[in-house]
Amino acid sequence: MSITTGLFYLFSTVLLFAAFRVVTARNPVHAALFLVLTFFQAAMVWMLLKAEFLSITLVLVYVGAVMVLFLFVVMMMDINVENLRVGFWKNFPLAAIVGVVIALEMAAVLMGGFRVIDDPHSAVNAATEVAGYSNTKELGKLLYTQYLYPLEIAAAILLVAMIAAIALTLRARKDSKYVYAGDQVRVKSRDRMTVIKMEATRAAVEPAVTTPQSETKV
Amino acid sequence: MTLTLGHFLSLGAMLFALSVVGIFLNRKNLIVLLMAIELMLLAVNTNFVAFSYYLHDMHGQIFVFFILTVAAAESAIGLAILVLLFRNKSSISADELNTLKG
Amino acid sequence: MSQTLSASTLLAVPMAPLVGSVLAGVFGTKFGGNLIGRHLSHSITILGVLLAFIISVMTLQSVAIDGARFNETLYTWMVVGGLKMEIGFLVDGLSAMMMCVVTFVSLMVHIYTIGYMKEDEGYNRFFAYISLFTFAMLMLVMSNNMLQLFFGWEAVGLVSYLLIGFWFNKPTAIFANMKAFLVNRVGDFGFILGIGLIVAFAGTLNYTEVFAKADELAKLTFPGTGWMLVTVICICLFIGAMGKSAQFPLHVWLPDSMEGPTPISALIHAATMVTAGIFMVARMSPLFELSDTALNFILVIGSITALFMGFLGIIQNDIKRVVAYSTLSQLGYMTVALGASAYSVAVFHLMTHAFFKALLFLAAGSVIMGVHHNQDIRWMGGLRKYMPITWITSLLGSLALIGTPLFAGFYSKDSIIEAVHESHLAGAGFASFAVLAGVFVTAFYSFRMYFLVFHGKERFDQNPDAHHGHDDHHGHDDHHAPHESPWVVTLPLVLLAIPSVVIGYFTIDPMLFSDFFKGAIFIDHEKHPAMEELAHAFHGPLQMAWHALTTLPFLLAVAGVATAYYMYMVNPALPAAIKARVQPIYTLLENKYYLDWINENILARGARALGTGLWKVGDQTLIDGVLVNGCWKLVGWVSGTVRKLQSGFLYHYALAMILGIFVLMTYFVWLK
Repeated sequence: MSITTGLFYLFSTVLLFAAFRVVTARNPVHAALFLVLTFFQAAMVWMLLKAEFLSITLVLVYVGAVMVLFLFVVMMMDINVENLRVGFWKNFPLAAIVGVVIALEMAAVLMGGFRVIDDPHSAVNAATEVAGYSNTKELGKLLYTQYLYPLEIAAAILLVAMIAAIALTLRARKDSKYVYAGDQVRVKSRDRMTVIKMEATRAAVEPAVTTPQSETKV
Repeated sequence: MTLTLGHFLSLGAMLFALSVVGIFLNRKNLIVLLMAIELMLLAVNTNFVAFSYYLHDMHGQIFVFFILTVAAAESAIGLAILVLLFRNKSSISADELNTLKG
Repeated sequence: MSQTLSASTLLAVPMAPLVGSVLAGVFGTKFGGNLIGRHLSHSITILGVLLAFIISVMTLQSVAIDGARFNETLYTWMVVGGLKMEIGFLVDGLSAMMMCVVTFVSLMVHIYTIGYMKEDEGYNRFFAYISLFTFAMLMLVMSNNMLQLFFGWEAVGLVSYLLIGFWFNKPTAIFANMKAFLVNRVGDFGFILGIGLIVAFAGTLNYTEVFAKADELAKLTFPGTGWMLVTVICICLFIGAMGKSAQFPLHVWLPDSMEGPTPISALIHAATMVTAGIFMVARMSPLFELSDTALNFILVIGSITALFMGFLGIIQNDIKRVVAYSTLSQLGYMTVALGASAYSVAVFHLMTHAFFKALLFLAAGSVIMGVHHNQDIRWMGGLRKYMPITWITSLLGSLALIGTPLFAGFYSKDSIIEAVHESHLAGAGFASFAVLAGVFVTAFYSFRMYFLVFHGKERFDQNPDAHHGHDDHHGHDDHHAPHESPWVVTLPLVLLAIPSVVIGYFTIDPMLFSDFFKGAIFIDHEKHPAMEELAHAFHGPLQMAWHALTTLPFLLAVAGVATAYYMYMVNPALPAAIKARVQPIYTLLENKYYLDWINENILARGARALGTGLWKVGDQTLIDGVLVNGCWKLVGWVSGTVRKLQSGFLYHYALAMILGIFVLMTYFVWLK
């Protein structure tokens, strides 16, 4: 058993355990941290597959940005976890069965059909052993020529996501005197002003006199 | 024994199955749901990378690249929505989100 | 030979009354602004009909003496597929004779109306209607194809409806005109089925072309059954004749049609419209000759009508109703003659009957005018002193009706009786009995009416209904003596009395036993030998009259007159005594064999119930409720059930997705 194989089994075991804890952790902060661990292990597995760029990207972007974001949100919210775990153990048997069946089915197909092995002495592998071979360079070569358009679109998607996130959660200041230009232009005089007619002078109204003996007239 | 493509794919499959189970078990807890979705995406990415290695095709890794991008965007927006929901309902239970009932 | 009859001259015959009708009807009424007055109205229309009459007589002369014939299409309306729809005229002996009869009687009625409707405010409208009727009837008799015949048929039905309900504010008149129209419609339904069959199997509406195919049609059977096609066609056509010519059981409208003014009873319901059915069967003789079943059917229906309608005439108290039932009975006679394949005899009787029946109706109208619009013969009597012209003409008309030798009615009626004797058909036995018994009954009720109206004690002051109304009429009191009618009324009576007496004598030989109807009427002499036997036995009108004195019909007629004389002049208490003894029969006759009751309560009510049922159950419950409402309710129910899937809960949706993946995976992994 080579080092690679051993490492693979090590990383996979930790990966699967961490994933299991993600879904079964009571505390969401724990779940988020276990997710971080999962991603790290996955990055290592990818490194075994000689995809360095992607594994580093996974750590940097995913763990560094997305998971941090998750942690922010989880810690920010005061979540009452007890309500959420109602019915957890009730559903566990069925869930376990479903999960096991899915896994076994997929494994049966995949193991049976994909016996491609990595022959260290094959001609193609030789190509990757050439000095100066860089995974990043190969990615870059493909990305900026054949996949240029999807790249630009991916950039646009990120921009849109950013704007969407901001637009969703932005709270306007309550004391802000922001004016909408459209409303300002569309206002009409009759919305602001009413002209009424009033006489310049009006006779003074006598207070009602209730005493019958008052005879003085003004 | 030597590692075959099948090993890596099975790993991905088991990861996927775990995340399905996670959705099933935690269906009320929105945050864990989102995390389970991330796990699913991870499983798929592993598949792609494995294929890319064993079939000596760089395109698999390109695809992972894009999946990563989109997954990041999606989790950002998902969390933004979650924050908004929490602001309005002070809870992240999916039970209380049934106003779109048919 | 058709050059002697020109299309434009013939066209003037129906067009002249039409023009008169339109002018009087549009400009003489409120519709056109009341521009022309009564005098001009009646002058225009009379002029139109007079012109038509003169041309008809000239045409008859050409046809009878010069042997001219005319059969051309004047206007093709449309051609649909292979079917041509045209307007054309066929002028031969049959139609020329009908043209003369129609225009003459119409002219007499027009003149009569000047006097009869003098005080009516719908004067112009009436003249417009009777001229319109003349137009329609002429189009019917002059047509050379079934479409135009049907047009004329429906048009006379329409004008009859308009005229019966002329006094449209009277509810009984409205009831009667609807009844007439609806019963006619039932007949027309059969008629149109017959025409439809002819079109379907002969492919043409033109008479000549249909008759040319008659032999081919005789070999066909009605699809789906074993009946001969011509039998079905002829019976359907005859059902139309039953409606129009008021044969049993579609006769119920004719007595009620007496609600209309008397001139129209004379014109339409005695002389012309009701004879349209007889004319049609005679015209279709090439088809009818091919089917013995149809002829038997005609014989039986005709004899039932002839006899049983006569019975009803015995007990009527309204003077017009007596004459109406007499008309029904005589129409039965004509139908019997048709059934015995003596088409020319039937048409001959049609002609003589037109004269004396119109005369009797107009005389009845004159009597009604004379006794200040009382129509009940129980409160008349002894009128011969006050209304001599009416009296004499009525007597002549009645003598003609009962078949007094030398009078017109005798020749036609006796020919019918003999023709029925000679017929070999199955129904001929019953028909013989019916027509002979009918002679006695006819004589009885005719002279009952005659004696009660013109002879005996004067009973005007005994009328219990005469004490209301009429005070605004003449400014006289109710017991004013009856007076003779003005000359515009008595002149038509005289002019009609003349042919009622003499026309039979002079025309029987040329009409029945010569070539007058050749080409118009076709008879299969081997199967139906009636006409041939008649021809053999005929030795001239004088001999026929002399010989008749010893035959049964004459004796029966004399017996009828004598019985009537006895019962109403010698022993007037006898009728009441007989009535008391045979009350059930009397009730049956009074209720007109309960046919009206059946029509109103069973047929009409049943039809309305069917309609209501179809409306409530079929339309409202089934179509609206189950189909239309059911559709949306079903959709609503399904939606209501399916919407439960939309619980609003995110995890339910996620669960659905997962299960879906699971199912798909299982399918693709294990089952594919």
